[in-house]
Amino acid sequence: MTRYFTKEHEWIDVDGNDATVGITDFAQNSLGDITFVELPESGRAVTAGEAVAVVESVKAASDVYAPVAGTITEGNTALDGEPELVNTAAETDGWLFKLTLADGADLSDLMDEAAYKAYIAEL
Amino acid sequence: MTEGAPDLVRICREARIVSETHDESAEDALPAVLTLPLDAWHREHGARMVEFAGYMMPVQYEGIIAEHLWTRENAGLFDVSHMGQLVVSVEGDDQSAVEAALEALLPADLSILKVGRIRYSLLLDEHGGILDDLMVTRWKNGFFVVVNGATKWDDIAHLRENLPDDITLTHRDEHGLLALQGPKAAKALSSLGLTPVLDGGEPVEELSFMQAGIYSWNGIELGVSRSGYSGEDGYEISVPYEGIVDFATALAAHEDVKPIGLGARDSLRLEAGLPLYGHDLSPETDPVSANLTFALSKRRREQGGFMGSDHVLQALADGPATLRIGLKLDGRQAAREGAEVYAGDVKVGTVCSGGFAPSLGHPIAMAYVDAAHTADGTALFIDVRGKKLPATVVSMPFHPTRYYRKGAPK
Repeated sequence: MTRYFTKEHEWIDVDGNDATVGITDFAQNSLGDITFVELPESGRAVTAGEAVAVVESVKAASDVYAPVAGTITEGNTALDGEPELVNTAAETDGWLFKLTLADGADLSDLMDEAAYKAYIAEL
Repeated sequence: MTEGAPDLVRICREARIVSETHDESAEDALPAVLTLPLDAWHREHGARMVEFAGYMMPVQYEGIIAEHLWTRENAGLFDVSHMGQLVVSVEGDDQSAVEAALEALLPADLSILKVGRIRYSLLLDEHGGILDDLMVTRWKNGFFVVVNGATKWDDIAHLRENLPDDITLTHRDEHGLLALQGPKAAKALSSLGLTPVLDGGEPVEELSFMQAGIYSWNGIELGVSRSGYSGEDGYEISVPYEGIVDFATALAAHEDVKPIGLGARDSLRLEAGLPLYGHDLSPETDPVSANLTFALSKRRREQGGFMGSDHVLQALADGPATLRIGLKLDGRQAAREGAEVYAGDVKVGTVCSGGFAPSLGHPIAMAYVDAAHTADGTALFIDVRGKKLPATVVSMPFHPTRYYRKGAPK
């Protein structure tokens, strides 16, 4: 399994054709207290860069994009009753959704952890 | 549909820029954004700073929900120094000319306002549209007016244009404004040992809601009002710049006091049903549609004679076409400013403020809704990103207010 990051502050764990997506710890810290997460429905086909989830904090709602093309297989239902998991465990139990990669899904624009750390250091 | 949601990239960038230690070169690049005397103090206390109304202001410290709940249970210290502090006066003890001049611009009955008493009022344009909401206090030597930060320059221009030439308008731009809000505010402020300056002045804990006094502390003079915008008991305190760091430090040293950011100020005032200018009030709204008829004093309703009074009194007689009301949402998904309100399939209004209410555990909103759909208990829907969220009209405040009224049963 390999973890990648996007410039839009998502992380994506890729294991063969399966992937899990969440927002980074840096992103949850910037958002503040998360009060609601709107998750995509299973079976939805998404393209890379498409807005598929919404993370709401007290002050704002933010889009979360699909890092790669694929089909949504699962949303993290634990977030329905406990959206604050995104604050406390953004990069583990606070994952947002899983998807199956589309054929030929392009991972070349994604960053590894070192590149993402360098990226946020520049912001 | 996710149109309108700011993306994480922007939120992260903003949070990053403003959480860094203030650096002079960044200030050079952004000459329009000003800093206030407590800027470094906020950063030392862990604030995340954002630009608001032209100033760098603390939006949060440990987190909006924790700060909100702290204020409801203890006492929160808010820096609202971006707000405009104005004095309208003439020389000497006879301020009747000022009273008349202000009454020409405000719908308040200032003739019955005693020295050291405060009124909430509205600055209106010729059509009765709301230019700003404000607090006005009568002092022996003039009227003290506190206006919103984002509108203060326009307010000053409006007042200069419309006040007679023999009336002096002074912008107290070397005074900051601190709000201390919460059930333990009186205990915390009284522990500092403020001394009443005026004859017959009462200790700060004896002031009643919407009453003010002048006090001295550590050689500086403080204007203390028992008022605020959180729905809780508390004070707003006008502090000269030269003493504001010491004063904030002394207050924050009290075990019941924590500094609180503007994020929680917004969620607190929303729960208290208090409108925020620029969101819930604008020149397109009037005192009747804004549900602020309490600010139209009895004598002024009978006599008119304030700017926009023809329009306002007509609206009062006719009843509003749309009305600012409160909405309670089920679930946890919030409806925010700009979301459309529906009765069945018919659009009947627009949300002006909304968000998750930390003390209530569910989202709430204020909206302007066609008057036919504003009775308490009316079932409506709010369109949020294509989803129709059920919402019920409820009376405001959403969260009970707890102002201190002397002599009133507790």
